[in-house]
Amino acid sequence: MHASGQTLNGSEIFFECLRRENVEYIFGYPGGSLLKVYETLYDIEDIQHILVRHEQGATHMAEGYARATGKPGVVLVTSGPGATNTVTGIANAYMDSSPIVVFTGQVPSSLIGNDAFQEADIMGITRPITKHNFLVKDVRELAITIRKAFFLATNGRPGPVLVDMPKDILNASCLFHWPETVEIRGFKPTVKCHITQVQKAAQKIAQAKRPLLYIGGGVISAEASEELRALAIQQNIPVTMTLQGLGAFPGNHPLSMGMLGMHGTYWANQAVNACDLLIAVGARFDDRVTGKTATFATQAYKIHNDVDPTNVDKNVKVELPVVGDAKHFLASLIEEMPETAVDRSSWLIQINKWREKCPLTYKNDDNKLRTEFVIDEVSKQTRGNAVVVTDVGQHQMWTSQFYTFINPRSIITSGGLGTMGYGLPAAIGASFGVTDRPIVLFCGDGGLMMNIQELVTAVFSKVPVKIFLINNSFLGMVRQWQELFHKEKYSFTDLGDSNPDFVKVAEAFGCKALKAETPDEAKKAITEALAWNEGPVLVDFRVVKKDMVFPMVPAGGSISEMLFERLNPKTMV
Amino acid sequence: MKHIISVLVENKFGSLNRVAAMFSARGFNLESISIGETEDTEISRMTIVTRGEDQIISQVLKQLNRLVDTIKVTDLTRQPHVERELLLMTLKLNKTVQHEIFELINVFKGKVVDIKQKSITIEVIGSPDKINTTIDIFKPYGIKELARSGAVAIHRGE
Ligand SMILES: Cc1ncc(C[n+]2csc(CCOP(=O)(O)OP(=O)(O)O)c2C)c(N)n1
Ligand SMILES: [Mg+2]
Repeated sequence: MHASGQTLNGSEIFFECLRRENVEYIFGYPGGSLLKVYETLYDIEDIQHILVRHEQGATHMAEGYARATGKPGVVLVTSGPGATNTVTGIANAYMDSSPIVVFTGQVPSSLIGNDAFQEADIMGITRPITKHNFLVKDVRELAITIRKAFFLATNGRPGPVLVDMPKDILNASCLFHWPETVEIRGFKPTVKCHITQVQKAAQKIAQAKRPLLYIGGGVISAEASEELRALAIQQNIPVTMTLQGLGAFPGNHPLSMGMLGMHGTYWANQAVNACDLLIAVGARFDDRVTGKTATFATQAYKIHNDVDPTNVDKNVKVELPVVGDAKHFLASLIEEMPETAVDRSSWLIQINKWREKCPLTYKNDDNKLRTEFVIDEVSKQTRGNAVVVTDVGQHQMWTSQFYTFINPRSIITSGGLGTMGYGLPAAIGASFGVTDRPIVLFCGDGGLMMNIQELVTAVFSKVPVKIFLINNSFLGMVRQWQELFHKEKYSFTDLGDSNPDFVKVAEAFGCKALKAETPDEAKKAITEALAWNEGPVLVDFRVVKKDMVFPMVPAGGSISEMLFERLNPKTMV
Repeated sequence: MKHIISVLVENKFGSLNRVAAMFSARGFNLESISIGETEDTEISRMTIVTRGEDQIISQVLKQLNRLVDTIKVTDLTRQPHVERELLLMTLKLNKTVQHEIFELINVFKGKVVDIKQKSITIEVIGSPDKINTTIDIFKPYGIKELARSGAVAIHRGE
């Protein structure tokens, strides 16, 4: 460790700052603008550099790490193509509010704007997809800029921050000074909720006959699950969660209603429609949740707590906005609540009736292998204790339905952007951060190919990721929409003739690989994979090709009107 | 409804771009935007004129606040404020109407900033409404070119 007051060059300052931010891992890839940085890195032992095989992989790994641990993920890439390759990952982290800090090399200051070799205006490119970004113009500004970047990424609503570092800055020297505190005039997030708003919320809860907690990822990033549990149980309030909110409340608790929205449970969506009080915490009324907003929770008085005021009244107008941190909101709410809860048994009975009417089920009497079975079986064998990562598609929605999430930070998935290719690198990132729980990835045969190169990273680092490939030989989710809404024109979604033999692919990468074609084989393969911890393992589950995820709310429809069957789509109310 | 919003921003590379880009990314109306240093050289003041219903304007204000480079966002619309715009305009000049033009310049308290054989350039300062009227009135005389600064505004002092 270098002390403040020493003369250091930019690259040394860079690592010194990361050290002081307690960075354990950097997900990176070298290049011309970063030669000095990598020269310095050569002798550094207390920060692990993970060499990815594509910079997009680095950003997703950083995000996976961040979501699994709550700590910011760090990315280091070179200028130009290295920087532009991070764009999808940054946009993903922005949409899902994940704290990552991306460091990009840049051409020397004197060449910026000249279309220099490997120059890209990454500041301009990433402005709309970062919480903030910085171009360092003077080596003396480097330390404070890095400090600010971490501060911004992790405070208020978390998000990605990018720091662009020209080559000359990394070579130049100055006296190193570590700023103990940061002050950013334009960034003062409201953390503490206004007490009168909280009191009003408490009053409404005390009076409500049919309240419903609608929980988003904000509760997980605010580490507020305990408070949520206490409030829901003490006040007898059923809980429904968004995709990112799953695990905030234990899925095996009778008050848990699973996910709401497009592929949510029938009973959760019915409850949204019937509730007289909707308490949204750390959720943003996303269109995949609300369906047609005009018919969303129309009977309810709506309370909305969010740390980002722009989320309030954006999609759905609410009666009581409470800006502030979810943990603070829930904790102060508990204090304001009367000790004894209202009797809400008739509301809970009603919900159970809906649950019994249309439970989540799947066909399992024909000895065919289905995704739902695989997920259900993994859920049982891991007892809901795994960190579950998904890619994007049908398997992702089935994961939300059939894996029982018990703990927060158990689902890592691309929700806002819906980025195929996210899963594998995110799972690898998560497995660096969490070593005492199994890391399980459910990934489609389409999505796996989008960042398959990162299998090398997993093999080389020997991370024990369980890659459960849900191989239906189709871009399943798109195929589903084609079948339901596009005249069964299966335009470019059949991968059957072009998919590689994934077992061979994995083995070529040096990864252990298994295959399962029946429920029995699947069960055994899952057990074997979960027991294997010397490196990654891939299981190629050959599932039925044309299954569809139900129930489903057609895009733009009311969430109370769900589709349950494939042909003659009929609705149930 | 029209709103006039005053924004204090860090006087930094990219600040204007962040604000303008946010408007276009979110599909907000942006009628005019002007920016200049304030008494504190590290801070610039932006004056933004936009239109929208209350809910949209409330999003505009929140989104502006959310930008890290913005320090203070004030909707001046319903507060006592002064709003001014500068108009520079070059008109065709010919003997027959010369007299009328000079009279009108007086009426609008304009100034002649340049005069050539066949053209005259004038400046007029006033509220955007007054600038609109000025342009309408001068149109029949043949406007060769014009430039408007966009509104700048400030709170009225106590
Ligand atoms: C990068 C990217 N490209 C395209 C899409 C559109 N898309 C959404 S789901 C999907 C199909 C995914 O297929 P697969 O990975 O096999 O998963 P499955 O739905 O079959 O489980 C596609 C193409 C996307 N979400 N992301
Ligand atoms: Mg597939």
